[in-house]
Amino acid sequence: MKTYYNPDDLKKFGNISEFDKPLADKFFSWYGDVFAEGALTAREKSLIALAVSHAVQCPYCIDAYSEDTLAKGCTEEQMMEAVHVAAAIRGGASLVHATQMMNKAKELSM
Amino acid sequence: MKSLLAQHHELSSTAKQMQLLDDVVQAGLIPSFQEKINEIGHYPLRPGAMEIFQLNMGKMCNQTCKHCHVDAGPDRSEIMSRETMELCLQALAETNIPIVDITGGAPELNSDFRWFVEECRKLGKKVMDRCNLTIILANKKYYDLPQFFAENQVEIVSSLPFYNADRTDRQRGVGVFDTSVKALKMLNEVGYGKENSELILNLVYNPTGAFLSSGQQVLEAQFKKVLLEEHGIEFNNLYAITNMPISRFLEYLVRSGNYESYLEKLVTAFNPSAIAGVMCRNTISIGWDGYIYDCDFNQMLDLKISNSTHQPMHIREFNLDYLNKRDIIISQHCFGCTAGAGSSCGGEVIKTSVEALMPV
Repeated sequence: MKTYYNPDDLKKFGNISEFDKPLADKFFSWYGDVFAEGALTAREKSLIALAVSHAVQCPYCIDAYSEDTLAKGCTEEQMMEAVHVAAAIRGGASLVHATQMMNKAKELSM
Repeated sequence: MKSLLAQHHELSSTAKQMQLLDDVVQAGLIPSFQEKINEIGHYPLRPGAMEIFQLNMGKMCNQTCKHCHVDAGPDRSEIMSRETMELCLQALAETNIPIVDITGGAPELNSDFRWFVEECRKLGKKVMDRCNLTIILANKKYYDLPQFFAENQVEIVSSLPFYNADRTDRQRGVGVFDTSVKALKMLNEVGYGKENSELILNLVYNPTGAFLSSGQQVLEAQFKKVLLEEHGIEFNNLYAITNMPISRFLEYLVRSGNYESYLEKLVTAFNPSAIAGVMCRNTISIGWDGYIYDCDFNQMLDLKISNSTHQPMHIREFNLDYLNKRDIIISQHCFGCTAGAGSSCGGEVIKTSVEALMPV
């Protein structure tokens, strides 16, 4: 293995059932239901998935959901806004911990 | 932008295109389409009831779209003669094929276009025109096309790759979206696309790149919302179609390094249930020079139907009984019509996101 990530491995995702079919079948069945039209549209779910892909920094997911959002008619502007939402939450998650830092700093300071 | 032919590009050769389509099979990257449909008992592919008589009025066009499977443009001079149109009318008169589907290029550029439409109407045929919209505003002599279409109850099928200018203009040329919007408003003004109107205006969406479309209904809702809210435009239906890996779109795929992965995507999305609705089963396609093909795509690959003496069949020897018994000519480009929900008139099958992640 020369690299940790190989784009061709995305096409092999279904092969995870090779080592444990029952659990893989449950995952893919649940996954399919999650992304079906529901209270949220499949298009909205695809944009959420694109944002989450960036938050969890999964290159396979970014690959798949960049294409899926394009296929579902999302604009580049909508796709980038979704990524900014993920980035804002990630940034905010760091910054909100600053309150702990500030509490501790104040606790220790005269 | 020039046509591939005017550029003397090697992919203006249909033999070269066919070779590329076979290379991926020979390399073992994809199965052949014949092999694929043989597995499910559909080989040889046979016609059903013929419903649509499609004819290409010529390759001349006022646009040079990057994905054009016809390689049409202002530099193309091929145009259907009135004599060939008369032979088409004769064939139509002898059959009960109900629909005449007129395409190009921009078919309206043919000086006999209006005459032909009127003659088809006299025969009681329903006429569909694949209008690129911008032709309506290309010259004063076309400004009254909406009225002409309305008077002849012509169903309009217009390509509009996306609901915004950026993506539309990238595929079809700068300013095409704004001009298309003006033309759509002119069509709306004479009654096209309006609720309770019999004047039908359908739009055609195709992906602006090396990806497939997903969810025609969702795309239609999005197009309707944006075009109505931002431009006051109404239309009837949106048809989501797949870009065929031939001609100018094939050139884009090769140039951008997407060719092999796009073919793999089409094969991955192969939907056996789409076979029943592929257009070659209910359509016959007539080239600008009168030769007969299974579909518009076979026409652009020069895959002519043969007559009983194994010569290319011309409209002057049109024989519906013979055509109904033929085997449809197939190749790897046919994966484009069987991907996902099907790209001609097959029923929609929802393709879930998880399928996009599944292996070939």
